[in-house]
Amino acid sequence: MAEDLVKTIADLHEEEALRIVEERLQAGEDAFKILEDSRNAMEIVGKRFENREYFIPDLVYSGEILQEIAEIVKPKLTGAIEFERLDKVIIGTVAGDIHDIGKNIVTFMLDINGFEVYDLGVDVPAQKFIEKAEETQARIIGLSGLLTLAFESMKETIEVIRGTGLRDKVKIMIGGGQINDEVRKYTGADAFGTDAMSAVLLVKDWAGEK
Amino acid sequence: MIEEKTPEELLQERTKRVEDAVQLKVPDRVPVAPNFGFFYAKYAGITPEEAHYDYDKWAMAVKKTVLDFQPDMFVSPRMILLAPGPVLDMVDFKQIKWPGHGVSSNHSFQFVEEEYMKAEEYDAFIEDPSDYIIRTYLPRIYGVAEPFKMLPPLSSMMVGYAAVHLTAALARPEVTNAIETLSKAGAESMRWRSIMDSIHEELGGMGFPSCAQAIAEAPYDVIGDFLRGTRGVMLDMYRRPDKLIEATERVLPMQLQAAVFIAKRSGNPRVFIPLHKGADGFMSLEQFKTFYWPTLHKLITGLIDEGLTPWLFIEADYTSRLETIRDIPKGKAIYHFELTDIFKAKEVLGDVACIRGGVPISLLCTGVPQEVKDCCKKLIDVVGRGGGFIMDAGSVIDEAKPENIRVMVDFTKEYGVYG
Repeated sequence: MAEDLVKTIADLHEEEALRIVEERLQAGEDAFKILEDSRNAMEIVGKRFENREYFIPDLVYSGEILQEIAEIVKPKLTGAIEFERLDKVIIGTVAGDIHDIGKNIVTFMLDINGFEVYDLGVDVPAQKFIEKAEETQARIIGLSGLLTLAFESMKETIEVIRGTGLRDKVKIMIGGGQINDEVRKYTGADAFGTDAMSAVLLVKDWAGEK
Repeated sequence: MIEEKTPEELLQERTKRVEDAVQLKVPDRVPVAPNFGFFYAKYAGITPEEAHYDYDKWAMAVKKTVLDFQPDMFVSPRMILLAPGPVLDMVDFKQIKWPGHGVSSNHSFQFVEEEYMKAEEYDAFIEDPSDYIIRTYLPRIYGVAEPFKMLPPLSSMMVGYAAVHLTAALARPEVTNAIETLSKAGAESMRWRSIMDSIHEELGGMGFPSCAQAIAEAPYDVIGDFLRGTRGVMLDMYRRPDKLIEATERVLPMQLQAAVFIAKRSGNPRVFIPLHKGADGFMSLEQFKTFYWPTLHKLITGLIDEGLTPWLFIEADYTSRLETIRDIPKGKAIYHFELTDIFKAKEVLGDVACIRGGVPISLLCTGVPQEVKDCCKKLIDVVGRGGGFIMDAGSVIDEAKPENIRVMVDFTKEYGVYG
């Protein structure tokens, strides 16, 4: 039965997945187990995305199914649950740019890979990244941007971070459809990516450096 | 020697150069047409905010840039800024943020992603799009049109004599006020349009054809961009695939009709079609063939049947879709690529469509002229071989170093000559 749910979610069969969840709750099963299955399913979804079997709509849809399951299950949960989290990552779309789809996918992928993600949203001023880094002690910052105006904004953000003395303590990655190594050099970032998987690989790589 | 030609001769020469490239003939040289966006403003020293609000300054900026760079075609300012600031203010527009209204005065406008049409409203849209647009959609995207929610169904007017009394709906003070404001916005739009049209006349008189004056979108993008939002339309592929397909089929003839009308009125056969949500990664190839390509294909062939030239501005990466988009009549369309492997595109599509683009926007923003020259040389040698190529940036040029644009244009004119 557990495998059924994992497979059903991973294969994106929404109605069937919700039906199984309801049935298992009615049978008196621990809500926590259902959440754990859901998390395992998301890992499969992530793997399929990495292997280019799944694309952005599949991620969006799986996230939607997960959220629906969480809503059904939450009232039945007794006590708070804490998953063990890996490194902390701060992410946001830089000042002047209000696009969030790419950033949200990176957040989602980092989250299902077990990282603690602080998503600051869009149009984020440099100071916000710094405050969050100081507050959380996160060592990895991801700057997102779709438009070419984001090049300048990323550069300015990294300069401001440098000005605070924080630059040597954090790794900075930049991401977006128009980003490449020339832009990375221009902005002074440590690395770049043009899709969510490259962000996950970078973060895994940096997290392993400790 | 160029100076000796009259503007009329130059206009004909440039037009023929582009048309030869489109028809996959070998032109006298590779045409070059930088895909200017807010670069016009930045180059001429005005802010995007001024471009939105000061029509004469915006017109001057376009003119100055075109005269300074002498491209074979110029991007119509109406393809960049689709509505002026004062009109957006008057209607209290919700679907974008524009300079001074949600984004800084130095930045271009940006979309606000929302489900402007709810998932459960597909039937209402499909059954009667005009009624849906007036009474449900406009109240959401124009603050001023909110009272239109109170109007009776537009189809109720069909009973002629029996419905004349429904004019009462327009006498509600909120509705009257909305109509008055929209009428003022309309007058302002007319003023803006006449200034924008005069740029085309003036630059045309100086020998410069425009890239296009008509615009259309792939029906899936119309649904995704304007109605359901990126996220909404993606979920619809799973949850209500039949409704989504039906809606794209409903949108198709409307897109076609509007584009044909404007293109024919303008005298410019090219129709700008920016592609957004069908790219690699944004859906599987199977989803592309199911939801995106069928109605886009009909849009392309429908325009070609009308004697027009679709200019597909293919944003993001389409490398996996090249075989699919081969299926169009030969020598009738422009495929303008952004992140697609343009050399592979030439291999797969070179005998079918004119290829445009190839210079990365990141190079124009951060590179040096020599790098731009190297890039253009390779493009002319490989993609330009045998004709059927227009040199351009892959993306809209908002930011870029002017010296990089200059070398892209001048080097193409010098090295791109077919001997």
